[in-house]
Amino acid sequence: MENKNVSLRGKNILGLEYFTPDEIELVLQTAKEMKNIIHRDIKKVPALRGKAIVNLFYEPSTRTRTSFELAGKYLGADVINITASSSSIVKGESLRDTLLTVEDMGVDAIVMRHKAEGAPEYASNVVSPVIVNAGDGAHAHPSQGLLNLFTIQQYKGNFTGLKCAIIGDVLHSRVARSDIWGMRKMGIEVHLAGPRTLIPRYLYEEKGIFIHDRIEDAIENTDVINVLRIQMERQKSGLFPSTREYARIFGLNDKRLALAKKDVLVMHPGPMNKGWEISPSVAYSANSAIQEQVKNGVAVRMALLTLILTGGKNNEIID
Amino acid sequence: MKLLIKGGRIIDPANKMDKVADILIEDGKISKIRKDIKADDAEIIDAAGKIVTPGLIDMHTHMREPGQEAKEDLASGSRAAAAGGYTTIATMPNTKPVIDNAILIKGLQEKAKEEAVVNIEIIGALTKGQKGEELAEVGDMTEAGAIAFSDDGHYVDKAKVLLNGLDYLKTFNKIIISHAEETSLVEDGAMNEGHKSAMLGMKGRPSVAEDIAVMRDILLAEYAQAPIHIAHISTKNAVDFVRQAKKRGVQVTAEATPHNLTMTEDMVNLADSSTKVNPPLRTDSDVNAVLNGLLDGTIDAIVTDHAPHAVEEKDREYKYAPSGFPGLETALGVLLTDLYHTGKADLPLIIEKMSSAPAKIFGLNKGTLSKDAVADITIIDPDLEWTVDKDKFYTKGSHSPFVGRKLKGKAISTIVAGRIIMQNGIIIK
Repeated sequence: MENKNVSLRGKNILGLEYFTPDEIELVLQTAKEMKNIIHRDIKKVPALRGKAIVNLFYEPSTRTRTSFELAGKYLGADVINITASSSSIVKGESLRDTLLTVEDMGVDAIVMRHKAEGAPEYASNVVSPVIVNAGDGAHAHPSQGLLNLFTIQQYKGNFTGLKCAIIGDVLHSRVARSDIWGMRKMGIEVHLAGPRTLIPRYLYEEKGIFIHDRIEDAIENTDVINVLRIQMERQKSGLFPSTREYARIFGLNDKRLALAKKDVLVMHPGPMNKGWEISPSVAYSANSAIQEQVKNGVAVRMALLTLILTGGKNNEIID
Repeated sequence: MKLLIKGGRIIDPANKMDKVADILIEDGKISKIRKDIKADDAEIIDAAGKIVTPGLIDMHTHMREPGQEAKEDLASGSRAAAAGGYTTIATMPNTKPVIDNAILIKGLQEKAKEEAVVNIEIIGALTKGQKGEELAEVGDMTEAGAIAFSDDGHYVDKAKVLLNGLDYLKTFNKIIISHAEETSLVEDGAMNEGHKSAMLGMKGRPSVAEDIAVMRDILLAEYAQAPIHIAHISTKNAVDFVRQAKKRGVQVTAEATPHNLTMTEDMVNLADSSTKVNPPLRTDSDVNAVLNGLLDGTIDAIVTDHAPHAVEEKDREYKYAPSGFPGLETALGVLLTDLYHTGKADLPLIIEKMSSAPAKIFGLNKGTLSKDAVADITIIDPDLEWTVDKDKFYTKGSHSPFVGRKLKGKAISTIVAGRIIMQNGIIIK
């Protein structure tokens, strides 16, 4: 390891605002090693053998929950899933009591997804197992922010001087916020664009952050485009007139993609609404890294879990 | 039964009095104020080096009775009031059920007589069920003793409903207290809308929601030529609007809370819902504007907006925790620490805003130390240093942003109608 003095052992993963660039670098380096394991025929390594991880999910999720689960299992940890619909949460048990129950069972880490911004911060005050935020409302999705950086690094080599356009519903997007924190720390210039009803009013243009009214202006000459998911309920609450108009004016299509650099990388956190925020041809184009993001998601989460639960000292076992 | 308070600095803003003297209380009334009173048969309180003031009046509290006694009741809430130096508190009607008819007013008065240790005044709902649709029976409630009317907790969304209330209440000479935040702009926002909420992804309560609401209510009061009282003012623009309205003769008054006078959104920490309150903690520029409004007379009164919740209600996700926190036991200490000891405001002004001014707004015959006035008196040690400890609260509320703060200044005696109710922080009853 280059960063011998950097350790994430025992650190709650609440948001990238709490990460130093060195810590981010450590996760990305570790993820590189982890990615090799995923390609093996026999994927199991004993790095986290004897550790117990609970996935506590208050919102539906396919990719995040599955990739945390697989990440834990590939590393030999015992992983239990608790979802809101099939637990005492439907009986009205409070988050506090659920956390205390899980803690009493002796788990080492709680990976949680919650609708309320700040719920993981609250959880980290209530119980002692390490808390990993797997998405809290519109606040943060740190593992997604890290896997986006990992994907960019994989294709672009390094970060400095890169431009990334983040397009769409920034207001409700935890991914956008984690990108903003993570990318700024790593020296990527962030260009935000979307309907102004979906850009937070008090997100300022400051060092490394630019805000555009037209998505074309954000996309122009950019190295990376991260397209954000648009939710139907936002249209119903009057934030834009129709999905049809959204697709026409704010959707990423071939014509708009051509404004970017030739080797532009297209990302999307999923699940996609193809035909709304992104056209199918762009989603499946040669520029698209969307499938690679899913694969990288497992590697990054393996890295995170290893680093917080062991400090990464078991690397020799992995290698 | 006589009580003699000796050698304190007496501050009685209504009579523009600020001097060191003795106060003799006979039969629950103030009988004499002068130097070196001799009364051999009186119980004596030595107030040398202390401040003696009219009993403090809080025109904005939530006692939660009936229906939400797990949060607070008249017994606990009135003890919290006495502990904080208050002799009279007015309770808001957003209880379960809502206090929107005379029978409920009378019932609550009975309960207060039995259980409360300070004077309880009752604010009735302006509209039935506080739904903002039809006026409640405010005439009946006035006759039953309601002191004012409010849909506090909710803005009266329909301008016509508020206008009707302003006109109708002229017969009864009572004020309307407006919780001014435009509903469609605040929704379920949990903190001030600003850069911090933007980065946290939290839905915010924009200051413009309060600005619009305050301006509409001022315009309606001006149009109706009726009084309106703006509850817990918190934005720079709203303070400016009230200032301008007062200049042109609109019958508008306003109150501010200790927290909106001293704390900003920087205090918000999503791990702990103690700072969650409506209207929210705002920015430095708002806090300065509210303070300037207090100093130049734009803001008439300081209120606590004492809004306790049960521990388990506040000890949860910030977003889902209810808004509000207890304030009766911390208000005076916070104001003395952050306004008086910092030189931002002098004692007579702070006392006025907490005693004679709220009495005047309500038309209540209290808040002064005039001869023959009921002896509601607070004795304050302005230099007493103490730390806010939730385990010592009389309120059932626990989550307050002031918990753990070191404060300088505290009420040491609370006297209601000539009886000592609180001494050195302990309720005697």
